[in-house]
Amino acid sequence: MQQTRAVEVGTGLFVALGMAAIFFLTTQTAGSNNFSGADSFSVTARFDNVGSLKDKAPVSMSGVTIGRVTSVVFDPASLDAVVTFVIDSQYDRIPEDSDASILTSGLLGSQYIGLQAGGSEFSLEEGSEIQFTQSAIVIENLISKYLFNNDSDDESE
Amino acid sequence: MIRDLWYTLVEFFRTFGAFQLFFLRLLTNSPSILLHRFNLVVKQVYNAGALSLVIIMVCGLFVGGVLGLQGYSSLSKFNAEDSVGTFAAFSLVKELGPVITALLFSGRAGTALASEIGLMKATDQLSAMEMMAIDPLRRVLVPRFLGGVISMPLLAVVFSTIGLFGAHLVGVNMLGVDAGAFWSQMQTTLEPKDIYEGIFKSFVFGVVASLFAVWEGYNAIPTAEGVGRATTRTVVISAISVLILDFMITAVFM
Repeated sequence: MQQTRAVEVGTGLFVALGMAAIFFLTTQTAGSNNFSGADSFSVTARFDNVGSLKDKAPVSMSGVTIGRVTSVVFDPASLDAVVTFVIDSQYDRIPEDSDASILTSGLLGSQYIGLQAGGSEFSLEEGSEIQFTQSAIVIENLISKYLFNNDSDDESE
Repeated sequence: MIRDLWYTLVEFFRTFGAFQLFFLRLLTNSPSILLHRFNLVVKQVYNAGALSLVIIMVCGLFVGGVLGLQGYSSLSKFNAEDSVGTFAAFSLVKELGPVITALLFSGRAGTALASEIGLMKATDQLSAMEMMAIDPLRRVLVPRFLGGVISMPLLAVVFSTIGLFGAHLVGVNMLGVDAGAFWSQMQTTLEPKDIYEGIFKSFVFGVVASLFAVWEGYNAIPTAEGVGRATTRTVVISAISVLILDFMITAVFM
């Protein structure tokens, strides 16, 4: 009797430890990136080039994550990319004429959307579209522009 | 000569088929044992899981520490020491946790299962059960198999968690990586999907390691040498199949 009791206590402790470890791993190591998406409104923006922007990329304003990209699709009618993202509804005072640009975190980091506040009295709301956008910077284009400019400089001189 | 070859071939498929049927019998008998004889399973969870905790925790701590050291020394070449946490968490949760736990598990618990069952067979305990109209598969094998399957994922997450603390100990406390960066970088990169992948892997490895242990023990030649050989084969086959399966699962989840 005493022995089965020890076995049961040991097993109980072991399983409890395992559960605690699962709980720790799921809650502490894999962050929800401080944005739950529970209560939010969605906004769209059109870009000529989204670079390597992906689903779930953060949307940030002044460096603080306020939302998340939900879809990136190509619109065959207007020949540009339509990015839909959700913004936490506690940020309901973002001016309507804010501009969205695709930025890169760090030199080799992943891409995200940065919002720059505008001056309008009206705020962004569910379904509104951001008018002012700036595409992702593609390194190849930058380099070719640089080379091209150099060439033209040479010719003009 | 050709007859020998033919015989070997047929024998190979016979073993293979017998193995499948054995696995099927274990699975079909599992639900009723889980429901009606749960105390037997608890005993085996204790044997396979709770008693393996010490080796798992000590190894986890040191594997995590090594990841901290190695990660620091290679990442500092790119001035990216802050990513040590991400590096350690990814390696532990997705690969090292499940794989090393499975290897340790087959060494610690699998061999114990195989030799225990083999010895039961050698001393005619299994035949005695059959004489008393008790199915040894239900009474002896299924609880041991289930005990292993239940224990493995729990052991693997314990391993990963302790490993993370080991990496923290080395990276943050010894080498001076910022603790905030260590955890926040990990949290922004690691997704719940990665953790589920690790748990899924360890579950599969648990099934494989316990299945081979039980199978080898049950089919051991009932002599001292046979039991010894069965124990060795358990470790060898489990290790090989765990590593092959790891590759396959990782490729599927990519």
